[in-house]
Amino acid sequence: MKKQLWRIIIGAVIFIAAVISGSAGFIGESLRISMLMISYVIVGGDVIKEAAVNIIRGRVFDENFLMGLATIGAIFIGEYPEAVAVMLFYQIGELFQNYAVDKSRKSIAGLMDIRPDYANVKRGDELVKVDPDEVRIGDIIVIKTGEKVPLDGRVIEGRSMVDTSALTGESVPREVGAGDAVLSGCINISGVITAEVTREYEESTVSKILDLVENASSKKSRSEKFITRFAAYYTPVVVIIAALLAVVPPLVIEGAVFSDWLYRALSFLVVSCPCALVLSIPLSFFGGIGGASRRGVLVKGSNYLEALARTEIIVFDKTGTLTKGVFNVQEVHPYGLSEEELLEIAAYAESYSNHPISMSLRRAYGKDIDNGRISSMEEIPGHGVSAIVDGKKVLAGNIKLMEKMSIPCHKRELAGTIVHVAVDGKYSGYIIIADEIKPDSAKTIKELKAANIKQTVMLTGDSMNVGLQVANELAMDKVYAELLPGDKVDKLEEILSWKSPKGKLAFVGDGINDAPVLARADIGIAMGGLGSDAAIEAADIVIMTDEPSKIVTAIRIAKKTLNIAYQNIVFAIGRKVAVLVLSALGLSSMWAAIFADVGVAVLAILNSFRALNVSRL
Amino acid sequence: MKRKFVLEGLGCANCAAKMERAINALDGVKEASVNFITAKLVIEGEEEKMPEIVKQAEKIIKSIESQVVMKKA
Repeated sequence: MKKQLWRIIIGAVIFIAAVISGSAGFIGESLRISMLMISYVIVGGDVIKEAAVNIIRGRVFDENFLMGLATIGAIFIGEYPEAVAVMLFYQIGELFQNYAVDKSRKSIAGLMDIRPDYANVKRGDELVKVDPDEVRIGDIIVIKTGEKVPLDGRVIEGRSMVDTSALTGESVPREVGAGDAVLSGCINISGVITAEVTREYEESTVSKILDLVENASSKKSRSEKFITRFAAYYTPVVVIIAALLAVVPPLVIEGAVFSDWLYRALSFLVVSCPCALVLSIPLSFFGGIGGASRRGVLVKGSNYLEALARTEIIVFDKTGTLTKGVFNVQEVHPYGLSEEELLEIAAYAESYSNHPISMSLRRAYGKDIDNGRISSMEEIPGHGVSAIVDGKKVLAGNIKLMEKMSIPCHKRELAGTIVHVAVDGKYSGYIIIADEIKPDSAKTIKELKAANIKQTVMLTGDSMNVGLQVANELAMDKVYAELLPGDKVDKLEEILSWKSPKGKLAFVGDGINDAPVLARADIGIAMGGLGSDAAIEAADIVIMTDEPSKIVTAIRIAKKTLNIAYQNIVFAIGRKVAVLVLSALGLSSMWAAIFADVGVAVLAILNSFRALNVSRL
Repeated sequence: MKRKFVLEGLGCANCAAKMERAINALDGVKEASVNFITAKLVIEGEEEKMPEIVKQAEKIIKSIESQVVMKKA
């Protein structure tokens, strides 16, 4: 790049000297022309060489050839300064583009600076520095203060604070101790920890995230596709028009001078390269995706970023998305037995389930479960469980389960999730379990409204009471409750029909058991992706933290990125067309054409850089 | 099946777009994309035709930008 810069500078100096002294009459015409030609060769020699090589290979419409043709044509009609100026500006433009690409490659690499360089593996009593690739599951690694966690693992010794900001955008460090999982890409900021590797490097969080972001642009947005299609036709069309412009008018129009029309045609060739456009649009999207990942939002393709900017309806899963998904037993209402007994029966009946409700029952019960006391257990999806505990048939679940089994039960409307329990067909009472709304949920819904989201909808398998309570508290537009897992997809289909033809629907879930809904929505957003492969796999956009407010951030980033892309498209194409029209009419010079072309390329690239800066969105 | 490559020395955005178009037109390619900024090529295509696809893709890349080296990612 330095060599290129020097060539441009030397060429420019000779060029300016020739033009100034030539017009002032200090030097003769032949010396002026020789100086200009020397400058031309210094600046544009490699373009001509490249063009010649390409012609031999049978490729005609490449930008080197067109630039070469335009400038040689200019020399042919005696416009020497034009020829040099076009080459000079063209080269300056190329240099700047290279610089821009280099810089954005670097800044994106900087954003993605989570790749660990080495791992300290314990081999016997020794610590050996090895490539993370070579570490196997079960190896013991030591992470010192200030080092990156190289592979996913489980802490076996030591206690420390880890900075997850590179993965989550979350600046508050997490505390980890023995037994806790540590994820690769985090930085150990206080003590020394020893960990057992649980995943090989390829499978570790850091590789997955890097892979995802680096390959994000393989799914291209409509604007990018439009631009590459446009570029494919643009150059041939401009070249054909240029050819016609040079030949037809002198034959048809009386008194038309061939060299005059040839000059106009050559101006066409000068702006025939669509490079700036082809570069600036993907650069904007890549910036947006890179910026979003910095904020803990992974976008799997620029098409999703584009869709996000057009979102009209956002459908939320309730549990784990808007609420913390941490359930706690609030009240126990036994009928004819003690509170402890009711809790014990419920905990045993639900002991095989990993549902948050079941876990909260076991937590409230607080004692170990003796599996020998349970002889059978069956899950009834959307209803609850049926189990044989101590030889008695226990039913535990929602009101639908009681109605299904025709057991009369307490029917007062209560907020919270209610687990009804029946033993041997006799109602034994109910337990109220409640979840907590996340601190930023209400703010999220409010800001989504402000960001022109027309509808916010909540889907939940919970009772209508709980659903309504949460939806009212968050001021959401609609709530659908008591849905079985399969119902959620049907409901989503129905909601999909509400949007306008161009609008998009996003579904936000935790990615664990809502994969079909995530897949059916235009944009599937999974929350709490850190450490959850299922979520990363199933969704189009992954929010690394548990904060729903990141959805607002993501939408703002998407809108900004799209705006920049559109600005570049309109600006660049508009300017090309303007130059072409003015050149055809003979109102523009080659100077103006190349100056505008390079100028716009520089502006478009600088503009696309703005997409990277999302820290305040 | 999906194959990923790094295109070392990829120089111009329009050339990347040309490569993408040409590779997409190859027999057996489901979707090919060239990312100019990360200099990566991802080809998704029929498994049995993959060796031929890769060979042709390399030819296309060389013919558009001779200095580019295609490496497995």
